[in-house]
Amino acid sequence: MSGHSTYEPKSNTAKWFDERLPLARLVHDSFVAFPTPRNLNYMWTFGGILSLCLVAQIVTGIILAMHYVPNDQMAFDSVQAIKRDVNYGWLIQPMHAVGASMFFIAVYLHIFRGLYYGSYKAPREILWILGVFIFLAMMATGFLGYTLPWGQMSFWGATVITNLFSSLDGVIPGMGTAIVTWLWGGFAVGNPTLNRFFSLHYLLPFVIFGIVILHVWALHVVGQNNPTGLEIKQPSDAVPMYPYAITKDLFAMFVFLIPFAYFIFIMPDYLGHADNYIPADPLVTPPHIVPEWYFLPFYAILRAIPSKLGGVVAMLAAIIVLVFIPWLDTSRVRSAKYRPIFRWFFWYFVFTCLALGYLGAMPAEQPYIFWAQFFTFSYFAFFLLVMPIVGIIETPSRLPRSITESVLGKGHGGGGGQVPAGAATGPEKR
Amino acid sequence: MASIEVDLSPVKEGQAITVMWRGKPVFIRNRTAEEIKQANAVDVKTLIDTRADNAALPEATVATDANRVVKGKENWLVLVGICTHLGCIPKGQSIADAKGDFGGWFCPCHGSHYDTSGRIRKGPAPRNMDIPVYSFLSDTKIKVG
Repeated sequence: MSGHSTYEPKSNTAKWFDERLPLARLVHDSFVAFPTPRNLNYMWTFGGILSLCLVAQIVTGIILAMHYVPNDQMAFDSVQAIKRDVNYGWLIQPMHAVGASMFFIAVYLHIFRGLYYGSYKAPREILWILGVFIFLAMMATGFLGYTLPWGQMSFWGATVITNLFSSLDGVIPGMGTAIVTWLWGGFAVGNPTLNRFFSLHYLLPFVIFGIVILHVWALHVVGQNNPTGLEIKQPSDAVPMYPYAITKDLFAMFVFLIPFAYFIFIMPDYLGHADNYIPADPLVTPPHIVPEWYFLPFYAILRAIPSKLGGVVAMLAAIIVLVFIPWLDTSRVRSAKYRPIFRWFFWYFVFTCLALGYLGAMPAEQPYIFWAQFFTFSYFAFFLLVMPIVGIIETPSRLPRSITESVLGKGHGGGGGQVPAGAATGPEKR
Repeated sequence: MASIEVDLSPVKEGQAITVMWRGKPVFIRNRTAEEIKQANAVDVKTLIDTRADNAALPEATVATDANRVVKGKENWLVLVGICTHLGCIPKGQSIADAKGDFGGWFCPCHGSHYDTSGRIRKGPAPRNMDIPVYSFLSDTKIKVG
């Protein structure tokens, strides 16, 4: 919630700066004094975790780019040289590769949080849509990055995914092939393709950074959601971001680093594919071409539709549909905590996504094809049927009267606005 | 643009080679009389893709075996060895390879079967394998592209 700024510059220098470029004021208002709901749980720490992931990917990526060679004859070997010869390359390369997977684990948990608690509902529609754009840019960045080591999966994944555009030949004859040739920079995936993929992979994270700034800005205008879905109505509903939310976020980041470190130091290749340790060979197709795990649900949807163009449209629709959720969900109650029917469908949707992920890794044969089609239907049904219908027919559970009441129990924070004795909403005063 | 010349004299009857042209594999098979007969025996109307997909011929030309080869040189089948489904390289060039149910090529990625004329007969691929532009410079040498 944008309120009136409480920043007071403490020194003459600080005052001088504040009159010319109020950066310290902005930081104070946005991240120190900013009122955050007092009842946020750990599902609200993923925004901070994602920012950490983005910075980590950019820093490790820039260092890798100092040693990586984006040429089809040298790329594979340059990655090996980084792992073996470059000082701390053995650490920086796995940090970047594992970091991509951790980035997606965090983003999926962040998205599911938004779906469960109704964080996409008014007035947070633009915040949500910016999030979808970040997700799309992340997917593009991840795809481009995976091609760079120029292993068998890099090359053939690039071939399969760029070939999807040729399905546009069904819309305007020749247009698809022309687009694919233009993307490739030649008649097949080759050196021109690798070189431009490297350029775009370096560019997109900074585009993500820009959209993230808009995303955080949009968040600070409307304020965070919280597990009850109620707005902050009185001072006792909120605590200042510093120290409460900041320390919770920092603690969560450290916990997040534990599995991150486990993968890096104990099994850095576990989330990857062994075939990517074979240098790219345009004459040998690997027996099973699979994307990285975070693309598997969408890969399953792509292959579930028998038509080439239909599969591409369905895969894109699976992401674009997210944009419309604020208007598809008709419920007047935000949080699934008070929506008993929707909650059931939500968990079934989580199961659907996990099932699609599993099916995306399986060969495109029966019985997997049938189940991929079944769960593709479930996926779209959640957005196009469940959200509009359940919102109208469901009777929500009784909502608490305020955030304070949900934390302190009945008899507190009923609307009076008094802060109960012993409940501090500022730093400890000694 | 980007033409190559290929010497066919080492390729005996029943053998096949793969050459790289424009970054893509081109299958060249010296077909046996049996394979040519099989290809000619197919009723074009029963094919999944009834067009010849021959770069030298108009779009609408039907996919008879004759329209997939050069007249007088019917034993030589030259095609772009990329599955028209999602771009894998079909198996069938070497003697030991699986050739699919129609004696031609088999794509291991999603199970497309091609016949001895390189036409799609079963599986998810929508089109026959493409015939590139090529011409005979002599009885034993062709120029592709």
